[in-house]
Amino acid sequence: MGSVGAKDVPVLLTPEGRRIDGRKLDELRPIRIQAGPLHQADGSAFVEWGANKVMAAVYGPREVHPRHLQQNNKAVIQCRYNMAAFSVDERKRPGLDRRSQEISKVIAEAFESVVFAEEYPRTSIDVYIEVLQANAGTRCAGLVAASVALADAGIPMVDLLPAVAVGKVAGQIALDLKKEEDNFGEADLPMALVPQSGRLVLLQMEGHMTPEELSRALDLGVAGCTVIYGKMKQALRDRYATTELAGGAA
Amino acid sequence: MSGEVAAEIRTAHVLELAASGKRLDGRGADDYRTVSVEPGFIATADGSALVRLGDTVVAAGVKLELGKPFPDTPNAGVLTTNAELVPLSSPTFEPGPPQPGAIEVSRVVDRAIRAAEAIDLTRLCVTPGEKTWVCYVDVHVLDHSGNLIDAAMLAGVSALAHATVPAKRFGVAEADYALDVQHLPVECTFVRLGDTIVVDPTFDEEQAAQGRLTIATDELGRVVAMQKGLVGAFSPDDVRSLVARALAHGDRLRAAARGGAA
Repeated sequence: MGSVGAKDVPVLLTPEGRRIDGRKLDELRPIRIQAGPLHQADGSAFVEWGANKVMAAVYGPREVHPRHLQQNNKAVIQCRYNMAAFSVDERKRPGLDRRSQEISKVIAEAFESVVFAEEYPRTSIDVYIEVLQANAGTRCAGLVAASVALADAGIPMVDLLPAVAVGKVAGQIALDLKKEEDNFGEADLPMALVPQSGRLVLLQMEGHMTPEELSRALDLGVAGCTVIYGKMKQALRDRYATTELAGGAA
Repeated sequence: MSGEVAAEIRTAHVLELAASGKRLDGRGADDYRTVSVEPGFIATADGSALVRLGDTVVAAGVKLELGKPFPDTPNAGVLTTNAELVPLSSPTFEPGPPQPGAIEVSRVVDRAIRAAEAIDLTRLCVTPGEKTWVCYVDVHVLDHSGNLIDAAMLAGVSALAHATVPAKRFGVAEADYALDVQHLPVECTFVRLGDTIVVDPTFDEEQAAQGRLTIATDELGRVVAMQKGLVGAFSPDDVRSLVARALAHGDRLRAAARGGAA
């Protein structure tokens, strides 16, 4: 095969409509969600999504740090999306770069749209996302993990937030791009859906799409989110599958 | 405030239990928590391991890149150890630049790897004075339930022991090859709780501790590094007996680092 750094575009779509990993255009990568794997956090979730591995934890409602961010009428939602140095092929310098800060901001704003923050004035709900292994779609995997972690922490919300990215590979609209498709693809459109209202609370886009393609991409994304929504609810049910409260013992 | 009061009550309780030879989780003074190591947990790393030490969870990834040797060691490779105590892992960690605690963990782990000569740095050199492998050991703490130094060390050394040098990818050899790990150092940490000294402290025991001593040993029975931490003191006889205890725990921890349970 080609040497290191060769710019050869791999075959992203076969004539039969199969993608680089054999998926169809509207097919998600395998997703496994575990609710509550961490002991220190108030809520947590681990998501393996294709070759992504993402851990999320929620602390709070608790005191606001730094203090000046405190709001008198509601909780502030602070999000920190961070990538481990070993999560990508070329070692990433530890710490938040501009990309991570932007992603942290749009994820925090997505959650502000669904969390009943006014129930907890003068507190902070801290959402931490650590990407341990990255393979395209980490902001959506992180958002899904964080949403399950928020539910695991017992934070009241309008709904869970399933998220997925839709892209364009070899001229075709495709659901849930993996790394090679993202690198050589023509567009990327991550979104997060409030299933109850059918509205989007995270939406970004980069690349080239016609209005018709964009319209189909939105439909495909919403359909993908619906599948992920089911997996998120199942993960939360599994968390307490073997738990029985000792009635009256407390 | 209420958190601090609760912590004080817990500290008093930990010390009270220790006085009667007991621990919060029911262990004896010299019982190490269950250790499990999952090598190869991170596919994007050249070597990796996920370590569980009781409820403490730590991931480590090794990355190798080509770089320039330091001018004063033109024939040696470069080794860098870094620990991230991210706020996800504990309610006591806050976002921001690395805290002294994180720096201590990475420096203590780094020192043991170097002193034990776990990897022969001269073998990382490709062209003296010009080109060498730079080996990064990055430790990411995920769940802080105490004794991060031992967990970070196990994760780091296990990731090294399972690492591949990406020589083909970087175009300096025909094929990738396993990183040669010649010694396997492990750390064993103790804390003083009143008159007793317990191994492998939990988070609550660390809060109550009146001194902490970490002893790194290798498979030859050598002591390769030590670090006394927290407020408190140890007598020379304490140190002698803790070295013996650290050596006794070492082989089992090394077996875990090679991959498997202990």
